[in-house]
Amino acid sequence: MPEEKKKILVLFAHPAQERSEINKPLFTECQQHGDVTCIDLYHEYPTFHIDIDKEQQRLVDHDVVIFMFPLYWYSTPAILKQWQDLVLEYGFAYGTNGTALKGKTFLCAISAGGSEDAYQEAGYNHFSIRELLQPLEQTASLTGMEYLAPFVLFGSRSAVEENRVHEHINQMHQLLNALANNKLDLAQAKSLPLLNKNLATLIQA
Amino acid sequence: MTAYFIQAFIYLCAAVIAVPLAKRLGLGSVLGYLIAGVIIGPVIGLVGSETNTLQHFAEFGVVMMLFLVGLELEPRMLWDMRNKLIGLGGLQIGLTTLVITAGGLYFGLVWSVALTVGLIFALSSTAIVLQTFSEKDLSKTEGGKNAFSVLLFQDIAVIPMLALIPLLALPELIEKAQSIAGQAAEHHEELSLVAGLPGWAYGIVLLLSIAIVVVGGHYLSRPLFRYVANSGLREIFTATALMLVIGIAALMSLVGLSPALGTFLAGVVLANSEFRHELESNIEPFKGLLLGLFFITVGAGIDFNVLASNIGPVLGLTAGVMLIKALVLFALAFIFKIKNSDRWLFALSLAQAGEFGFVLLSYTVQNHVIPSDLAQMLSLVVALSMFLTPGLFIFFDKVILPKYEHSENDREADEITEKGTVIIAGIGRFGQLVNRFLRANKIDTVVLDHQISQVENLKKINVKSFYGDATRPDLLHTAGIENAAMIVIAIDNNERAVELTKYVKHTYPKVKIFARAFDRGHHFELKHAGADFIISETYHSALELGKEALISLGVHPFKAEQKKATLRELELCYKDSLYEMWKANSEDSKYSTHFRDLFIELETAIAKAMKSERFDEQAKVERGWTPPPKGYEKQFSDSDEGAS
Repeated sequence: MPEEKKKILVLFAHPAQERSEINKPLFTECQQHGDVTCIDLYHEYPTFHIDIDKEQQRLVDHDVVIFMFPLYWYSTPAILKQWQDLVLEYGFAYGTNGTALKGKTFLCAISAGGSEDAYQEAGYNHFSIRELLQPLEQTASLTGMEYLAPFVLFGSRSAVEENRVHEHINQMHQLLNALANNKLDLAQAKSLPLLNKNLATLIQA
Repeated sequence: MTAYFIQAFIYLCAAVIAVPLAKRLGLGSVLGYLIAGVIIGPVIGLVGSETNTLQHFAEFGVVMMLFLVGLELEPRMLWDMRNKLIGLGGLQIGLTTLVITAGGLYFGLVWSVALTVGLIFALSSTAIVLQTFSEKDLSKTEGGKNAFSVLLFQDIAVIPMLALIPLLALPELIEKAQSIAGQAAEHHEELSLVAGLPGWAYGIVLLLSIAIVVVGGHYLSRPLFRYVANSGLREIFTATALMLVIGIAALMSLVGLSPALGTFLAGVVLANSEFRHELESNIEPFKGLLLGLFFITVGAGIDFNVLASNIGPVLGLTAGVMLIKALVLFALAFIFKIKNSDRWLFALSLAQAGEFGFVLLSYTVQNHVIPSDLAQMLSLVVALSMFLTPGLFIFFDKVILPKYEHSENDREADEITEKGTVIIAGIGRFGQLVNRFLRANKIDTVVLDHQISQVENLKKINVKSFYGDATRPDLLHTAGIENAAMIVIAIDNNERAVELTKYVKHTYPKVKIFARAFDRGHHFELKHAGADFIISETYHSALELGKEALISLGVHPFKAEQKKATLRELELCYKDSLYEMWKANSEDSKYSTHFRDLFIELETAIAKAMKSERFDEQAKVERGWTPPPKGYEKQFSDSDEGAS
């Protein structure tokens, strides 16, 4: 009997979608994927009044949680932080009886303005993306989720001109397929600095 | 008197039967009228000699049509379209006229007759083409837009043609006409102001009368309409509109100018007026009926003997004319880079001759330009080409479109920028804000209000608005509700707002209805009538004031904001059940006058609900950003210690 498919939840946060060159097409790709539930947070909560019950139920209903966003000051856009502050409650996500997220898989799909060289100790951003996202990694840890390496597009402001978007979207499609069908080598995916560097080797036939 | 009744009944009866039938068959109303005329005229022979007199009367419909064409011509729109209008439209008329005139000369026509025929056949049928475009949803395509600009240019070009044609009169025809008139003896003299004036005086009189139309239209019409509008009598407004059109037509006839030219000018002058839509909806029915009558008389006048004896030439001419027109259009489409299926649509849709052809033909006969037997035959060609047009559209749908469908899929994806127009009914304080907000975001709006003072105030601050009662179907029609994306209903009369909602929902189900409610009961009535989005006019401002009050009383602003959101959520939770309660109640006692009592009851129900849910509400407000319980950290350090 085939293994049951994993359900994927994409929480998308982009406050200026009319100017988006990377995230909007990437999100559209996710929307067309049959195994993915796509939530545009700025669309659903334009006034930031997040429905806590609804969001918690969504988390319960899915196996994989993906934060999809453009990097804003080395972190998530404001609504995604608001979402964390409100939804990951004591007694739900952590603390006494807070085990709702235990065993789920978590990862970030990000676009960053700087080049990959910039996100190194010697570069002007001094830290790698994985290092900068440590607050989220620890959040995953405290809530008992498996934290995978981030899926990143660097140099996002020149990606369209350099024809790199199509390949990125293609990789996202493969990643979603692998996650849904449980074909991703999770142990490796956890330990790498980036997910999309050697994606092909992570996907089991 | 009895004879008049019977005749009128025959004409109306024919129209009532034939026109809807023709429309259903996709032939359009113009052909419906023509068929009706053919049936009651040559086929059954119910009507006969009076058609000629009737035709002169019915020609007044053409005068009204040109007034309406003028009204539609906003100078700014014309300016925006100038390249397409003059380039595409001008070349279409020029080239087609040239080719057909050359053809006429080749067949041995006198040059003036050949030129007139060329001009007549250069025109296409605005009525059929625009009707078909809107029925088949083609108006927004590239081909449709370009065809529209050509049609618009043709409508304008009719004016100079009307001026030019009398100059092409054939001397021998004039002579013949004069000798006939001479035999008829003492043919009563046409009224004229200018008979016997010297040339320079005639020129001055002409200029003066045109000045009267333009200056009077601009400065005098407004106070006149305002005076009439303030009386609030609808039929007097209609009378005023008719008076204006007939008056101008009379003035123009008196000085020997074309009445159509005069009313067209007046229309252009009034195109920017706030009374435009009201004028249109008042004149429109008269124009429609008179034009219909005109086409019936054309149909009734068709001589089947002429057709039978000339069947070959008529068919040949029709095919030739349509081919020439289509080829010219196709070439122009190529030059102007109209691509793929749009090129075909553009060429095929405009290949017929138009209703103006009939008008010009009868005009040419009156002015002794074309002999009447030739005009008879050309009428047949015009009619036949119009009959064939639906066939061309079917050809386009079934043969051309499938060929291009595949390759055009890519292109259609990025054409979603078209947002459509929003009609705003009622432009009081509420409608004004909505209008300003939408316009600031580049949404086209059409604003309607029945209070002339309100409309004038808005005109002063450059808001495009029109006088008229928005609850009248014909005014909504002239305001363009068929193609509108949405109507915002913000009129002050509660019952009429509900009626308007019902009407729009029923007649134009595609148009979204956003309505302002006066109170909760009105809110439910609007919802029941089918409004898509309803807002109570005081709701948000009252909540906002409540929030500010809390802040002023010492509640932290952020907390006060949360409280407000909670109240709104609570209301939302109860809205549906309250609506059901209201519906059940109003169905039981549909005609009871105790609505007010009912709503007091509803308010009490809400208040009660809020009290009983107080604990929940509290919990909800407290819930966001709740810190973990004191001492919670112990469990983490415990487990860490356990792990290490």
